[in-house]
Amino acid sequence: MSPAVKQWILNFFPHNVLELGADGAIILASLAILFVLTYFKKWKWLWKEYLTTVDHKKIGIMYIIAAILMLFRGGSDAILMRSQLAFPNEHFLSAEHYDQIFTTHGTVMILFMAMPFVIGLFNVAVPLQIGARDVAFPYLNAISFWLFFFAALLFNISFVVGGSPDAGWTSYTPLAGAHFDPGPGENYYLIALQITGIGTIATGVNFMTTILKMRAPGMTLMRMPMFTWSVLITSIIIIFAFPVLTVALALLLIDRLFGAHFFTISAGGMPMQYINLFWIWGHPEVYIVILPLFGVFSEVVATFARKRLFGYSAMVVSLLAISILSFVVWVHHFFTMGAGVGVNDFFGVSTMLIAIPTGVKVFNWLFTMWRGRIRFELPMLWTLAFIPNFLVGGLTGVMLAVAPADYQYHNSYFLVAHFHYVLIGGTVFGCFAGMYYWWPKMFGFKLDDRTGRWAFWTWIISFNVCFLPMFVVGLMGMTRRMYTYPAGLGWMPYNLIETIGAYGMAIGFVLMVYNIYWSIRWGERDLTGDPWDGRTLEWSTTSPAPEYNFAVIPTIKDRDHWWYVKYIEKEEEKTKPAFKPIHMPNNSGRPFIMSAAFGLAGFGFVFEWWVPAILGLLIVLICMGQRSFEVNTDHYIPVDVIERTEAEAGRL
Amino acid sequence: MSYQMEGHLNLEHDHHIDTSKPMEYSTEDGSLRIFGFWVFLGSDLVLFSCLFTMYILLFRNTAGGFTSQQLYDYPTFLSETFLLLTSSFTCGLATYSMRRGWKNAVIGWLIVTVLLGLGFIGFEVSEFLKYVHMGATISKSAFLSSFFILVGTHGCHVSLGILWLTSIIIQVARRGLNPVTTRKIFISGLYWHFLDVAWIFIFTVVYFMGKVL
Repeated sequence: MSPAVKQWILNFFPHNVLELGADGAIILASLAILFVLTYFKKWKWLWKEYLTTVDHKKIGIMYIIAAILMLFRGGSDAILMRSQLAFPNEHFLSAEHYDQIFTTHGTVMILFMAMPFVIGLFNVAVPLQIGARDVAFPYLNAISFWLFFFAALLFNISFVVGGSPDAGWTSYTPLAGAHFDPGPGENYYLIALQITGIGTIATGVNFMTTILKMRAPGMTLMRMPMFTWSVLITSIIIIFAFPVLTVALALLLIDRLFGAHFFTISAGGMPMQYINLFWIWGHPEVYIVILPLFGVFSEVVATFARKRLFGYSAMVVSLLAISILSFVVWVHHFFTMGAGVGVNDFFGVSTMLIAIPTGVKVFNWLFTMWRGRIRFELPMLWTLAFIPNFLVGGLTGVMLAVAPADYQYHNSYFLVAHFHYVLIGGTVFGCFAGMYYWWPKMFGFKLDDRTGRWAFWTWIISFNVCFLPMFVVGLMGMTRRMYTYPAGLGWMPYNLIETIGAYGMAIGFVLMVYNIYWSIRWGERDLTGDPWDGRTLEWSTTSPAPEYNFAVIPTIKDRDHWWYVKYIEKEEEKTKPAFKPIHMPNNSGRPFIMSAAFGLAGFGFVFEWWVPAILGLLIVLICMGQRSFEVNTDHYIPVDVIERTEAEAGRL
Repeated sequence: MSYQMEGHLNLEHDHHIDTSKPMEYSTEDGSLRIFGFWVFLGSDLVLFSCLFTMYILLFRNTAGGFTSQQLYDYPTFLSETFLLLTSSFTCGLATYSMRRGWKNAVIGWLIVTVLLGLGFIGFEVSEFLKYVHMGATISKSAFLSSFFILVGTHGCHVSLGILWLTSIIIQVARRGLNPVTTRKIFISGLYWHFLDVAWIFIFTVVYFMGKVL
C-alpha cells in the first residue's frame, strides 16, 4: 500500500470531536439535499433549469448562492479561530488544526466567496446593463461556473479526506514545498485554485469581449453604466493577472509532485520567486474583488440619491489608473524581504499613489449624494456603511505602505485589521449592496427592509467590534497566525472583544439568511421591473428578465438611458414593436460533465493517483472534441413565443 | 465577393451574414470568437512571460550539474526551428487558400502543417528523452526544471494544436468552407502563429543564449 493510500484511509477516520462534527454535518447536509431533491421530484428540474443552463442570469444566481454557502464555510473557520483566541493559553484547537483553519479561511473567502460573488454580479447585471441577450460565449460561461464549483468542492472535501492545506492562503515556499509540508493538503490548495483560476481567465475573456463587442446601438464607451466600466477594467486585470497565478501554482505543484526545483532551497531554486509570482497576481487580485464593487456603489449612489453620477469621466480615469497601478505595487506585501531601500521606496510610493484615484472615487460618491434626495433603502445603507469603513482600511493601508514603518506592522494584527476593513468593509459590503440592489432583478421580489435592517446593523456594529481592537492588539505586538498567546501581555481583553464581535457577525449572517427566507415567503413582489426607480437599462425589462432579456434591443440615447426614457424623453409611442426571431444558445450538459472530469483529475493529482488523473483529463479532452464537432449549438425563439412572453408580462 | 456554401449548417436561418467581410468575420458569432481568441492569446502571452522569467532567473543555477552548453546541440534545435517556422508558413498558406475558397488547398496545407508540427514534436520528444537518459532530469537542478517546463509548455501547446487542426481538417472535409469552419481555421491559425512567435523567443532566449553566446 502506498503511503498516500495509507494516509488517506487513516485520515478518513476523524481525529477529534470537531472533525467528527464537521464530517457528520457535511454528510447529513448532503443527505438532506439528496432527500429534498428526490422527495419533491426536482432532479429533472435541477438538471434542465440549472445544471445545463447557459443563461447568464441563472449562472449568476448559482454563483451567488455558492458564494453565500462559502461565506458560511469561511465564516465557520473564523468562528473557530476567534473561539480559540478569546482567552490566552486555550487548547480548543491544536496548533496544526489552527494552521489548517486559517489557511482555508483565507483561501475560501478570497477565491471561493469573494470571487464567485463578484463574478455572480457580473453575470446578473452586465448583459442587462448593456442591452445584450447574453454574454459573448454562454457555453464558456457555464464552463467557468462549473470549474469554480468543482474546484470549491475539491477544496472543501480536503477537510474530510486527507487533511486541509496548512501553509496559509498565500502558501509561501519553502514552507509549502514537499520537504516541509508533505501530504495531500497543499496539493488540494494548488489544484483547486488552478481549476477555478482557469474558469476565471475564461470569465475575463468572456466579459471583456461581451462589453467591447455586444453593447446596444448608441451605447458608446462613455455611455456605459459605471458598473459595466468597472467590470471591463476588472476583466482586463483578470486576463493579465490570473495567468501568473496559474504559473505560480503549476510550478509549485511540479516541485511537489515531480521533484523539480523552482522554489526549493536546494539545487538552485528560488523560494522568493514564488512569493513574487504570487503577489504579482495577488495584488491585482485584491483590485479584482474591489473594483466591480466600486461600480456597484456608483450605481447604488446615483439611484438612491436620484442624481446623475458625479464626475463620470473622473471615475473612469480613476478605474484605469488603479488598474495600472495595481500591477506595480506587489512588493509591498514583503517589504521585510530586504529588497533594499530603492526597491522598497518605489513600491511604497506606487502604493501610496493608489490612494489618489481611490480618494477621487470616494469624493465623487459623496458629491453624487450632495443635495440628492436620498432614500435609505438597503443597498444604499450598505453603500453608506462602506465609505467610512473602507476609509479606515484605506488609510491604514497607506500607513502600511510606509516601508520603514511596515517593519513594525508587518504580519501583525494591525495588518489583519487593515485587510479585513478593506475586504469586508469594501468587498463584502459591496457584494451585499449589489445583492440587495439586483435581487428584485434576479428573483422578481425585494428583500424585506425590516429584517434586512436588523441584519445590516448587527453586521456593521459587530464588524467594528471584531476588527477595531485588532489595530490596537497588533500595535501591542500580537502577530498574525499565532494559535494561542500567553497571559499577562494585556492582549486578552482585546481578543475577547474581537471574539464577541465575530459571534455578532455570525448572528448578522443568520439574520441575513432569515431576511432572505422571510422575503421568499412574504417579500414585496416587483411587478414593474423597476422597483428602485433605476437609471440604467437593466431596469427597463421585467423582473426577472425573460430568457432573451430584451424583446427588442433599444437604441441608447443617454448615459442614464432608462432615466432619460422615463423622465426626459417621455414620448409614449405605444406602437407595437416589430419582433424578430431571437437567436439564443442551446443548453448543454457538457460544461457540467467536463468540469466534473476536471474535478476527478484534480482529485487524482492530489493523491498522485494517476489513473483517475489521466482518466479525468481524457474525458476533458473528449468533451472538447465533441464540442468542436457539434453543429446544433443554438436555436431561434420564434416570434409567437416572444409575443406570448411579453403579453404575459403585460408589456404589449 | 461570394462564397460557395457547403455543408449542412442551419445557415438559412442566420439573417446576419455580412458578405462584405471575409467569411470568418461574416457572422456576429464569428467576429466575437476571433476577438475573444485574441484576448485569450493576451493571457497566454502572460503565461509564457512568467515561464521565460523563471528560466532567465534560474538558467545559471545548474547545481553543479549539466549546463546549457553541455546539453543543447545545433542539429536538433535548428531542425525544430526549421520545421516549426515552415509550418507557420504553410498554415498561412491554408488561410490564404481559405480566403479564396479553395477547399482542397486548405485541407492540403493544413495536413502539411500538422505533419511539420508532428516532426517538431518528434524532435522535441527525442531531445527530452536524450537529456533524461544522460541523467539531466527535471529534478536535477533549477536550470533543468525551468528548461523542461518552459520548452515543454510550448510543446504541449503545439501538441494540442495538432489535435485541434486535425479535428478542423475533418470538419472542413465534411462540411466545406462556411462561416463556422473558416472561423475555426482562422482562429487555429492565430494560435499556430502565436506558438511560432513563442518559439522564436525560445530559440533566442533558450538555445541561442544558452549555446551560442
